[in-house]
Amino acid sequence: MATSPALALRRPGTVAARGGGTLARGVALGYPSLVVLVPLAALAWSSRSGGLMGFWTEVTLPEAVAALKLTLFLSLLVSALNALSGTAIAWVLVRDSFPGKSLLDGVIDLPFALPTIVAGLVLLTLYGPNGPFGLNLAFTRAGIALALLFVTLPFVVRAVQPVLLELDREMEEAAESLGARPVATFRRIVLPNLVPAILSGVALAFARAVGEFGAVVLISGNLPFKTEIASVYIFGQIESGNERGAAAVSVVLLLLSLGVLLLIGAFRHWRTGHDG
Amino acid sequence: MARHALRLGVLGYLLLLLGVPVGLVFYRTFQHGLQPAWAAVTTPEALHALRLTLLIAAIAVPANTLFGVVLALALVRHRLPGRGLVNAVVDLPLALSPVVVGLALFLLYGRGGWLGGLADRGLRILFALPGMVLATIFISLPFVVREVVPVLREIGTEQEQAAETLGASPLQTFRRITLPAIRWAIAYGVVLTTARSIGEFGAVSVVSGRIAGKTETLPLYVQSQYENFDPTGAFAGSVVLALIAVATVLALRFSRPREEV
Repeated sequence: MATSPALALRRPGTVAARGGGTLARGVALGYPSLVVLVPLAALAWSSRSGGLMGFWTEVTLPEAVAALKLTLFLSLLVSALNALSGTAIAWVLVRDSFPGKSLLDGVIDLPFALPTIVAGLVLLTLYGPNGPFGLNLAFTRAGIALALLFVTLPFVVRAVQPVLLELDREMEEAAESLGARPVATFRRIVLPNLVPAILSGVALAFARAVGEFGAVVLISGNLPFKTEIASVYIFGQIESGNERGAAAVSVVLLLLSLGVLLLIGAFRHWRTGHDG
Repeated sequence: MARHALRLGVLGYLLLLLGVPVGLVFYRTFQHGLQPAWAAVTTPEALHALRLTLLIAAIAVPANTLFGVVLALALVRHRLPGRGLVNAVVDLPLALSPVVVGLALFLLYGRGGWLGGLADRGLRILFALPGMVLATIFISLPFVVREVVPVLREIGTEQEQAAETLGASPLQTFRRITLPAIRWAIAYGVVLTTARSIGEFGAVSVVSGRIAGKTETLPLYVQSQYENFDPTGAFAGSVVLALIAVATVLALRFSRPREEV
């Protein structure tokens, strides 16, 4: 396409910048601020209403500490399991072929689409008190882990799948022709290419697990010090009128989310060379 | 051999985690026939919950679609002060606990909150529709933006520049050049936004007050029926939501952004 010199000199991104530019900028700065930032600022504000000491007292209450610890432990566990199962599922979806594979591919998205309360109920029917296997995980930590595995299933799969699809097979073939066994080929050739994708999928799964509420609320039973996770603890504090305590633990979760997002941004930058 | 073991392992895992539990809920719902299930979802309370859920989605989805597209345009096409921050804020709802979102709104609009005075002026936000809509918009904000941004970046600005040199107004350029290129991305984002809006539980649970027959959405209805020992009602409500989810998955398959630049 022949472009005039004047046009070629123009910076990309100035088109349409004149007419709707100010409006678009206003929306881009105003909408997320109004919808997201102002409420979160109100949250941070009320968590500090008792001073730093008050915040610290609320966060270090034994029940709050137990809930935060359990949340972190289960989220790390579930993230690690997802790194394994997600990579395996992505591998089967990309490299294997069998009848019904595309159906399987669609099913992976179901946990994203299924409302979380339904996910909880669904798991309770199979792994709850009246389950057909007689396996009752209701009100146990294993039950919570199961619910978290359910809702975080797609993250690693959907992060790894496109990378695996694009991966050049030549290096693997070269490794095999040099006598590398399949496991060695996977570990030395394929895996290093997948690591950034696995990590960003794991980070998203971790963030989701830390904050999950709907899928857990029915199955956990909310027994303090036993099966009470942070989001359920916060909900309980709101219900019993302790807004300051709820806000304090919420700020901890908010900081965790921000940390995870920074990490994901770094992974994304590592993989694609630009953010967003 | 190893390939088959891996395939079986993956299939078994998905079957135990996803397939059997979801199938069992359908079985439990319809095990006594269609009649009890139908009766359970057509009680006035269930119908009200369904209508409320759809109403909230009908407000939140267009808002996030419209503003999401403008936001994506601003992020990619304009030089935006604090773009990194805007990016982070847009992503935040994906990583944040819904209960925290609910609490933030609760504190903002509640008694003693910065905007708590609105309730005294007769504008009820909490325990009413506006609060539930605000919570849903917050939670489902990122999806359209996140789908449209990469496509906008990929199509570049050459065609838009060409249109402009031919005398097209910015609006014409957008309508005739940009919009057709991003429409599948928008569709994909809309489907995700809708699914998230309909299924939202935690944030809406905090701000709605869960008043049966008034501020109870379908997911909240499912919880309250389950806890009030009405499993049939809970299962039937779940099946309605699950069918919406299955439709969502199908729509996602159908509208997956494709290359047509």
